[in-house]
Amino acid sequence: MRRNASRLASAVGAFVLAFGVLGLASPAQADVVNPEMPFKISGNVQNKGEPIAGVTINLTGGGGYAATVMTDAEGKFTAGVPEKEADYSVSVDEATLPDGIAVIDNPATEFVEANVQTVTVGPGGRATMNFFIGQGERQVTGMFDQVVQRLISGLNFGLMLALASVGLSLIYGTTGISNFAHAELVTFGAIATLGLVAVMGEGMLWLAIPLAIVLSAGFGWGLDAALWAPLRRRGMGLVQLMIVSIGLSLGIRYTYQFFIGGVTENLPGSGAERFNLFGSVSLSIIDIVSMGVSVLLIIAFAWWLSASKIGKATRAISDNPSLAASSGIDVDGVVRIVWIIGSALAGFSGILWAYFRPGIRWDMGGQILLLIFAATTLGGLGTAYGALVGSLIVGILVEGSSLFIPSDLKYVGALVVLIGILLFRPQGILGRKERVG
Amino acid sequence: MDFLAIFNSSISFILAPTTIAYALATLGLAVHFGFGGLLNMGMAGFMALGAYGYAIGVLTFGLPWYFAAFVGIGASVVFALILGIPTLRLRGDYLAIVTIAAAEIVRLLLLSSAFGGITGSADGLSGFNGPGGTITNPTVGAGGFNESNPIPPGDYGFVPFLDNERTWYLRIVGIIILTLAIFLVWRLVNSPWGRVIKGIREDEDAVRSLGKNVFAYKMQALIIGGVLGALGGLMLAFSTNVNSSVYVTSLTFFLWTALLLGGAATVFGPLAGSIIFWVLQAFLGLLFPALADAGLMPFTTIQAAQIKYIIVGFALVLLVVYRPQGLFGNKKELTFVK
Repeated sequence: MRRNASRLASAVGAFVLAFGVLGLASPAQADVVNPEMPFKISGNVQNKGEPIAGVTINLTGGGGYAATVMTDAEGKFTAGVPEKEADYSVSVDEATLPDGIAVIDNPATEFVEANVQTVTVGPGGRATMNFFIGQGERQVTGMFDQVVQRLISGLNFGLMLALASVGLSLIYGTTGISNFAHAELVTFGAIATLGLVAVMGEGMLWLAIPLAIVLSAGFGWGLDAALWAPLRRRGMGLVQLMIVSIGLSLGIRYTYQFFIGGVTENLPGSGAERFNLFGSVSLSIIDIVSMGVSVLLIIAFAWWLSASKIGKATRAISDNPSLAASSGIDVDGVVRIVWIIGSALAGFSGILWAYFRPGIRWDMGGQILLLIFAATTLGGLGTAYGALVGSLIVGILVEGSSLFIPSDLKYVGALVVLIGILLFRPQGILGRKERVG
Repeated sequence: MDFLAIFNSSISFILAPTTIAYALATLGLAVHFGFGGLLNMGMAGFMALGAYGYAIGVLTFGLPWYFAAFVGIGASVVFALILGIPTLRLRGDYLAIVTIAAAEIVRLLLLSSAFGGITGSADGLSGFNGPGGTITNPTVGAGGFNESNPIPPGDYGFVPFLDNERTWYLRIVGIIILTLAIFLVWRLVNSPWGRVIKGIREDEDAVRSLGKNVFAYKMQALIIGGVLGALGGLMLAFSTNVNSSVYVTSLTFFLWTALLLGGAATVFGPLAGSIIFWVLQAFLGLLFPALADAGLMPFTTIQAAQIKYIIVGFALVLLVVYRPQGLFGNKKELTFVK
């Protein structure tokens, strides 16, 4: 009798676990001490984003509580503590850190005495204490340097977002679809590059990236030919199209997970050496190349949109599809080209995102989907130049906001702006009022 | 491979506490979308507020469980107001983007270590149901939800519904809440209020020209559906720990799939859709790994466990394209207004 109950419990548990996998932060197994105690302190030890295993953490607290715990392979530790609403001192044993590494200040907190920190276990009975460690001596970064560093990295992020958003915006403008599957087009570029590099070898990266962009374009063309064009011909409503794109997004996203699993893969060169520009502002060669190519692509795209015949036709369709059709523009043909170009740009932005994050995951596109939507809405849904402006603002806002708010909340700022812009100027910065129904 | 065990485990999802929770949230979506035409893509946020509001009410404020439950419901009402005031005047797809963003904001705030002392950050919260659950928290003594269980300890029922007193209590509480909710929604949509809200779905301007305050009606629908979502979150919190990784955007999409499966503009469709969806999910989630284990499928067990999600995605596409009114819906009352 009990076996059946526990079987149900484990089925429910597996179900909950399956949902847990969907989240960004599924808690991993940590090295645990005092698990029998009712409350706990857990945390991470990382060196420049890389977990450090085997670091000794000492905890002391009131009532003679003392414990020692060692970080696991993912740099995580968990220690049970006896009291809640109490302070505990958590310290890293610097002797157990790898050579040449010391604890630096975590810019997100005001702590100065970095390797010994005090943490308060609140009424929830849990507390988190993370140690973020840099190489070598303590780095003291001036406010000006930090601002410049954030601006550069925000610009980089914004340009990457722009490549994805102009495609989304053009597709929205010409077809009216709020395409939630755009995130999967972004992921596709990165996964295609990963696959091509695996086949052709790391030295062929220069060829793998253009090929991956071509594959992305083909993927967009295929989706349009197989799904969107037939639905357009049926005259399906916009809400239905949006839900179709959600279903498509789920289907494709889990197909990626089916093939590459839940792990994070890296493209060659993603750990490239950073060099100093001035002060403590540093860039890697990949940042520079990525920004340069993004700017070139965006200029080429803007030229295409404003000067070429098809670009003009695209804008005409965005303005008024039936008028465009009756003046002899082949709407279906132009929409197909928009899908191809939009997907190619999204695929390239996925490759850049793989370097910026860094790493390739099955849901990497989904992580920035809402930022892409925020950027297009901010600039004005359906306006390609608006999407560009909106992306740069969102990129700089996201990166810049981590100077003032905890970095795990940096996306929140952009999402709040998204809601704010709809409150005060729903047509966006460059949009026209009539677009809002 | 044990087919009987897989079958029994799947069947046990009929009116399992989690299924009831999802059915409540799906019913909320039916009020939002099916009857009110509101594209709420942030139902996971309402559920998260219901669950966390209750858990935080018990753990941080030290309230008895029945008062804490109202903290969760109140939080969802406030959330609906905050969402609705700026967006209900806008076109439908804007509401979709705003609600999805708002639900993500809620999740990120709950996940952030900045409020870890209250929300438990990535670990979530546990022990708020008092002794008797999976994890006990000695500071939540008498008065927890588990303590209110009048059923004496022991196993009751028959396979596959052979469960202990706690699961049965959860199931009974859930069925009572669900029955009341379905009755309420049924009365509401067949009342003058329901006719106005359906009119707004079909043609907002026509209803406005009759002198109705469209904004107020939409706001009422958003709040009622949101409270149902919060009740769903509450049911989840009664049955297990709360963790922000549950309330992701995918959860909202699954609720939508269940809603469209049953029929968006129906009262019983959300319940039927939820039962079919989650029983099938459980069945496929057990069947494919078992097949892979037995060497009948050329995948690893982990890969096989992912197949059900792929099927969900493409099933949603096919459903919207070929049967937008759902299994039990009326084609005449098609809720996809252009």
